[in-house]
Amino acid sequence: MRVQLIALATIVRKEVTRFFRIWTQALVPAVITTTLYFVIFGNLIGRRIGEMEGFAYIDFIVPGLILMSVITASYTNVSSSFFSAKFQDFIEEILVSPTTNMVIIVGYVTGGVARGLCVGVLVTLVSLLFTELRVHNFMVLASTVFLTAVLFSLAGMINGIYARTFDDIALAPTFILTPLTYLGGVFYSIRLLPDFWQGVSLANPILYMINAFRHGFLGVSDISLWSSYALIFGAIVFLAWFCLHLLNRGHGIRT
Amino acid sequence: MTVALAISGLQKTYANGFRALKGIDLEVRQGDFFALLGPNGAGKSTVIRILCSLTAKTAGSVRIFGADIDRNFPLAKSFIGVAPQEFNASLFETPMQVVLNQAGYYGIRRPVAAARAEEDFARLGLWDKRNEQCRTLSGGMKRRLMIARALVHRPRILILDEPTAGLDVELRRLMWRFMTDINRRGTTLILTTHYLEEAESLCRSIAIIHRGELVVNTATRELLGRVDLETLVLELAAPLDQLPPSRFRLRRVDATTLEVDVRRETLLNAVFAELEQSAIRVIGMRNKTSRLESLFMGLVQGNEDSTRAAAAALSAAAGD
Ligand SMILES: Nc1ncnc2c1ncn2[C@@H]1O[C@H](COP(=O)(O)OP(=O)(O)O)[C@@H](O)[C@H]1O
Ligand SMILES: [Mg+2]
Repeated sequence: MRVQLIALATIVRKEVTRFFRIWTQALVPAVITTTLYFVIFGNLIGRRIGEMEGFAYIDFIVPGLILMSVITASYTNVSSSFFSAKFQDFIEEILVSPTTNMVIIVGYVTGGVARGLCVGVLVTLVSLLFTELRVHNFMVLASTVFLTAVLFSLAGMINGIYARTFDDIALAPTFILTPLTYLGGVFYSIRLLPDFWQGVSLANPILYMINAFRHGFLGVSDISLWSSYALIFGAIVFLAWFCLHLLNRGHGIRT
Repeated sequence: MTVALAISGLQKTYANGFRALKGIDLEVRQGDFFALLGPNGAGKSTVIRILCSLTAKTAGSVRIFGADIDRNFPLAKSFIGVAPQEFNASLFETPMQVVLNQAGYYGIRRPVAAARAEEDFARLGLWDKRNEQCRTLSGGMKRRLMIARALVHRPRILILDEPTAGLDVELRRLMWRFMTDINRRGTTLILTTHYLEEAESLCRSIAIIHRGELVVNTATRELLGRVDLETLVLELAAPLDQLPPSRFRLRRVDATTLEVDVRRETLLNAVFAELEQSAIRVIGMRNKTSRLESLFMGLVQGNEDSTRAAAAALSAAAGD
C-alpha cells in the first residue's frame, strides 16, 4: 500500500514537472485564447448583445470559457503525455515496476486535473481584468470543475492508449471536443434555440457540465443540477472502468 | 542451491503469427553469472521482455525466486532489474530524475533513492552528467544510465540485454568490470550477448538460443571442456604416404596436410619433437576453429548443416 502511494506521488510529480517544463505550450495558449474571447465577445460584441438570462453577456460567458479551457487542458495533457510515454517507450519504466494499473490511471489523471486547474485558475485571473466575478455557490463550482477535469483526463488517457501517431491525439480535440464545447452552451442559453435543437443539445454531455459550472457562479442553469452530477459521475465511472480494462489487457503497451 | 529464475515451456507467438519462442526451459542459480547467447533475432529480448511483463507469454511458466509471474507479478517484478537493449527513458529528463522516478515506481523513498543513485552514478562514470538532459548523453552513457536505473531498487537479479553492443573497447572493459563486481557482491547476473568471447570470458553458465529454441545450456567450464581439445592443422614440406606411429592423435588429411588434436595443456614441443624423429618437416601451422565457435558461427551465419553437425558433436562430446 505504501509502495503504491509512493509510486502514485512519483507519477504525479513527473506529470506536473512535465507541464511546467513545457509551460509555454501547456499554460500560455489557453490564457491567450480566452483573453481574446473576453476582449472580442465580452467587450466589443458583448455590449451590443446586451443581457443573457439577466446577466451582462461577458458575465454569462466567463464560466463556460473557463471550463472550456479546463477541458482542453486536462484532455490534451493526459493524451499527449501518455502517448509520448508510449512513443518514447518510457512507459516501460512504470510497466516493469510493481505499480498497479489503477495507480497508473490515478497518477496520469491527477496530472491532467492539475494542469486543468492551473489553466482554470489562470483564465479566471485574466477574466478579473474584464469583469467582476460573483460566486453563487462555491461548492457547486469547485466540484463541477474538478469532476469535469477528472472526466476529460480519463478521456484523454483512453485517447493516448489507442493513439498510434501524433495525429491520433490531435483528431479528437479538433473533431469532437471543440465542436461539443462550442455547441455546449458556452455562448448562449439553449432556451434561445428552437425546440428541436434544444432537444439535440441535450444529447451533448458538455452542456451539462457548463451549466452546472455556470450555476456555481451565477445561480442559473438550463439543466437541473442533479442530472448534471449524475451524468458526470456516470461518465467518470464508465471511462475509469474502460481505461482500466484497456491497461489490464495491455492494449497498445504490451506486445 | 536457490533457484533465482526458473523458466519452463516458455512459448511466444506474436500477434502477427510469428513464433519467437518455441518452448524454452531454463534455470538460473542464485549468484550465477549467466549468459543468454544467440544471434540477432534468436529470441533473447523476447525472453527478457516476458520476464518483466513488457511482452505477454503465450504458454509456459516463469518463476523468479519462487514468485510465479502469473500469480504474483508485483513480487516477481520487485526481484529483477532490467536494462533493456534500446534506450527507453525520457530524453527531456536528467539521469537523476530518471533514476529517482524509477525508484519511486518501486515505492522507494526519494532520499534513499538519491543516495543509491549518487553511488551508482559515481561507479558508472556518470557523475558529471547526472543533471544534464538525457538527450545530451552519448550512446555509452545512455547504456550506463539504464544500468543505474535497473539497480536502484537493488534487485536480486540484474538482467542486461546486450549491454556492450556497439561500445568501444574501453567502455566495454568498464562494463565488464562493473558486471563482475556487481556479481561478486551477490547479485545474480543475466546477460544477453551475441559475442561468444564475452560470454566465455565473463560468465559461469551459458545458454545458446537459436530461432526460439535452446541449443546449449551448461556451465561455461564444461562447455569449454568440450572444446578443450584443439585441432591444429599442419602443412608439410614434403608429401607423406603413411602416418608414423604416434603418441598423439594424428590424422592425415591429404598428402601434405596433417591434423593433430591436442589438449590445451599439451606441450607443442613434444609434438614437434616426435615429428622431427619421423623426419616430417612442418612448414606451416594454423588452428582449426573450435567446435563451440563453429557451432556459434553456424548459428550466426544461419548455416543449417554446420550448425546441426556442430551441435551433434558438442552433445556427443558432452556424453564422453
Ligand atoms: N512485436 C513483435 N512482433 C512480431 N515479431 C517480433 C516482435 N518482436 C520481435 N519479433 C521477432 O521475434 C524474433 C526474436 O526477436 P528478439 O527476441 O528481439 O531477438 P534477439 O533479442 O535475440 O535479437 C525476431 O525474429 C523478431 O523479428
Ligand atoms: Mg535483442
